[in-house]
Amino acid sequence: MALDKATVARIATLARIRLSDDELEPLAGELSSILGFVEQLDEVNTDGVAPMSSVAQMTLRMRDDAITDGGDRDAILGNAPASARGFFAVPKVVE
Amino acid sequence: MSAMIQGRTGEWEVVIGLEVHAQVTAEAKLFSGAATAFGAEPNTQVSTIDAAFPGMLPVINRHCVEQAVRTGLGLDAEINLSSVFARKNYFYPDLPAGYQISQYEQPVVGRGCVRLDMPDGSTREIGITRLHLEQDAGKSLHDQHPRDTYIDLNRAGTALMEIVSEPDLRSAEEAGIYLRKLRSILRYLGTCDGNMEEGSLRCDCNVSVRRPGDKFGTRCEIKNLNSVRFAVQAIEVEALRQIELIEDGGTVTQETRLFDTARNITRKMRSKENDFDYRYFPDPDLLPLVLDKDWVARLKADLPEPQDDRRRRYIEDDHIRPEIAERLVDERALADFLDAARATRREMAAVANWIVTEMLGRLDVHGLTIEHWAKAPPVSAPQTGVLIDLIEKGTINRSQAKSLYADMFDYNLTAARMAGSGLAFDQKPPESLDFQELAEKRGLRQVTDIGAIEAAVDAALAASPAQVAQFATNPKVLGFFVGQVMKATQGKANPALVNELLRKKLG
Amino acid sequence: MSLVALTLAEARDQLAAKKISAQELTAAHVAAVEAVRPLNAFITETPEQALAMAEGSDARRAKGEAGAMEGIPVAIKDLFCTKGVLTTAASHILDGFVPPYEATVTANLWRAGAVMLGKTNLDEFAMGSSTTTSYYGPTENPWRRAGDNRPLVPGGSSGGSAAAVAARAALGATGTDTGGSIRQPASFTGIVGLKPTYGRCSRWGVVAFASSLDHPGPMTRTVRDAAIMLGAMAGHDPKDSTSARVPVPDFEAALGQGIKGLRVGIPNEYQPDGIISAEIRALVERGAQWLRDQGAEIVDDISLPHTKYALPAYYIIAPAEASSNLARYDGVRFGLRVPGDSLEELYENTRAAGFGAEVRRRVLIGTYALSAGYYDAYYLKAQRVRALIARDFAQAFERVDCLLTPTAPSAAFAIGEKADDPIAMYLNDLFTVPADLAGVPAISVPGGLSGDGLPLGLQVIGRAFDEATVLRVGEALEIAAGFSHLPQFIAG
Repeated sequence: MALDKATVARIATLARIRLSDDELEPLAGELSSILGFVEQLDEVNTDGVAPMSSVAQMTLRMRDDAITDGGDRDAILGNAPASARGFFAVPKVVE
Repeated sequence: MSAMIQGRTGEWEVVIGLEVHAQVTAEAKLFSGAATAFGAEPNTQVSTIDAAFPGMLPVINRHCVEQAVRTGLGLDAEINLSSVFARKNYFYPDLPAGYQISQYEQPVVGRGCVRLDMPDGSTREIGITRLHLEQDAGKSLHDQHPRDTYIDLNRAGTALMEIVSEPDLRSAEEAGIYLRKLRSILRYLGTCDGNMEEGSLRCDCNVSVRRPGDKFGTRCEIKNLNSVRFAVQAIEVEALRQIELIEDGGTVTQETRLFDTARNITRKMRSKENDFDYRYFPDPDLLPLVLDKDWVARLKADLPEPQDDRRRRYIEDDHIRPEIAERLVDERALADFLDAARATRREMAAVANWIVTEMLGRLDVHGLTIEHWAKAPPVSAPQTGVLIDLIEKGTINRSQAKSLYADMFDYNLTAARMAGSGLAFDQKPPESLDFQELAEKRGLRQVTDIGAIEAAVDAALAASPAQVAQFATNPKVLGFFVGQVMKATQGKANPALVNELLRKKLG
Repeated sequence: MSLVALTLAEARDQLAAKKISAQELTAAHVAAVEAVRPLNAFITETPEQALAMAEGSDARRAKGEAGAMEGIPVAIKDLFCTKGVLTTAASHILDGFVPPYEATVTANLWRAGAVMLGKTNLDEFAMGSSTTTSYYGPTENPWRRAGDNRPLVPGGSSGGSAAAVAARAALGATGTDTGGSIRQPASFTGIVGLKPTYGRCSRWGVVAFASSLDHPGPMTRTVRDAAIMLGAMAGHDPKDSTSARVPVPDFEAALGQGIKGLRVGIPNEYQPDGIISAEIRALVERGAQWLRDQGAEIVDDISLPHTKYALPAYYIIAPAEASSNLARYDGVRFGLRVPGDSLEELYENTRAAGFGAEVRRRVLIGTYALSAGYYDAYYLKAQRVRALIARDFAQAFERVDCLLTPTAPSAAFAIGEKADDPIAMYLNDLFTVPADLAGVPAISVPGGLSGDGLPLGLQVIGRAFDEATVLRVGEALEIAAGFSHLPQFIAG
């Protein structure tokens, strides 16, 4: 499938990556050629084949309900680009 | 229950489905070992997993799964022995990973139902579509700084059960009854504390309107309602908004709205909530959640007796008054306490009355909630039973019982608090910590010896001939003589006997 | 003999015999790390930490408490979070990020006594096959073509680790393999790279690229070294829900017993016409002969019919997972923040400036593949094909004990080559991707030199959790190949 500029712009918004207008065209081309490549998959008959989301032949292991983590605010905020009064800070959000 | 809304152009029916987010009662979070307690300093209950640091991975909390399954069983729902966690992808600052771990196509709990007791005495069954486990988000604080939003991740990663109802509700009032009932079930099961002020229970309402008999109209979702009252109000104003819109020739567009409590209106959310494409896919950091059939069966066997059955048993077998029975089963701790006080030939209705009036009254005096009390009741259930037996046998009267109870309760409570504080504690304990013995040590045995009471009655009558003479015209003087006799016997005389003897002698 | 010329096993034995100290060995490697700086193999060097760890190691040994890698200096791919040490994933977006925790695999290495020399360069977020997409610049291969002085890529994404080990700046290094990122650079630099079974080495603390495909593993100069290092890295980790609860065998004990009676399959699909050269074809034939000579039974008619679809399936699954895994890089809690007037602008500016071209491409492809209306056609389809690829392996392993294939379709190429054509670059992983999709173990061992003097790797793929057989066959190839060529650029 060939992606047009509008589709690339929409995906970029979903992925929160700013793209300038002159980046859209070449990206549309690159992404389209990748999609063209993966569309070989259409040749494969997958009727009745269950999708495989993990190769791990296990089921989910569960842990006990115990407090074993947290309580170190400095570690949590230590890498933050902006923080104040024990909070992370971001430009104001309007809901 | 008919709840049509009369518009300008005719009748409208409201159709409501609710998505309730109930925080699972657990010490630690769904996928991390950080604490979940409410009200901590910002970002002090956050692990690097909750804050989605690079390379961090989720591991599921067994207790949270158990609570979801127990809730499902309590809602008479299907339990899916295999379910899948999926990522719901969207950007928001209080969602650190950029995705919420939730369940999408295969939830842990399938169809179930909630039975509502309607005010007119009828019952209504509301279908449950599903219940799934997911992570809560953190909190965004918009009012702490003029230009910034502050983010607290303490709540991020706490386990939520999302309980989705069928669009079976037909009025705001009915939605309110449903919410209260669901809250009561969750609290009874102990799977969610139902505390709406602290946000443990929140609700999104899907509201649409239609002409009676028509197919469903386009719905709007009102997000984040944190009290039953607000949910009811929001549904009312949203239904009216939609009716007015359609009657004015407009059409309802499917969108997410917020309820502005101050202005009593709903308004469209400004954020990109309305054009999200969540790109759900199975979380590759987790594997399918597979439950053992026997494990589920054990959880089912260990469930408390259903609330409705228990209420019926209290009313029918124990002859407890319906409003008292209702109060007891509404707080499972109270019902459990009652049953723990159960002994053969004990008067359970009297125990029930004592719990609801005296015990809760005492808690009130100390400003304690039932949660506080339930962890370590200052007076145990068996001792409460002993006290009721003493009253029922006529050994002590009610006012004596109250005084003994207050002494025991207050001493045990203070002792427990002081023990916790490590401070010195010099309050003298009651003479005994057993009511039977305490009553004896205080000489509180009622005088039931007819001879002794008769002597006191005779003495009282002899001392007040004027009042004796009044009795024929004013029977209320009986009360005066009862008082005199009780005083003479230091309150120990059995009041029933005193009354009986006085009537005989005066009459 | 220079200390940096020792193999890991030799160094271990000399340390155990107290012929050398960890501090001497480490000092030699710290100097080597410095000497190979022109390769740009390291993003961060940690010489002080290395020497301090070596001192601790010598003290432990003096007390008789030596672990399996006691005193061995290693390099760590900068995708592993290391407590208190800058961790970048070679991305601008992780600017200044210092993790307050240690990855399970590296913690296991330190517990075994290993010493950290530094953090090695990689393709940004491990997305690439050339170590040219790093924000910190490309790593150069220590090898050069005969008669041609153009710098070559070391392969990728674990190119820094590969170059460091090949140039004798480290006795071993950690890598991660999502589509071939351990084995392909091992092939390009003439070393051994082992991708273990999925779940064998914990992913906890490893910056995620594609969770269902990421495999941490060792990169060393010999098969024995790989066995030793894997043993120290592996083990069940309760913090990783996909970590396997299986015991870690003594991998080294599997070596030295020959391959007599083992059945080795040569799948046709790994030698597609028009993609591999006659010289690669000859390499595989030679490898098969080496194994036959040592008593293995070669099975020629083994078929894995869905092999050609592994790469297209991978290029849906890996970007889809990556698009979600990389959503956390938003400028709020760590790393780069490029301000904006609104939060949305901050997100978009930060992610535009923070991610390089290849990462952006993959995030966009992944976002598209998961988006409404395309999920079934792309993502689900790819997962179904993945199931078929895993089934191909399962069926093959009913007949043979392992498979012999080329590691990569070519030898190392020049920096800048294939840069404009993402798909030509993706074809590097043609033979390595299937084992990632199936989660089965695979090793790349140097098999010889190309016509222009560059190393070429042979790959052995085995059954899940049967790294022992993979190592045994790898050792047989290693013995027969007698690969003793050295790169042009080398320390010591």
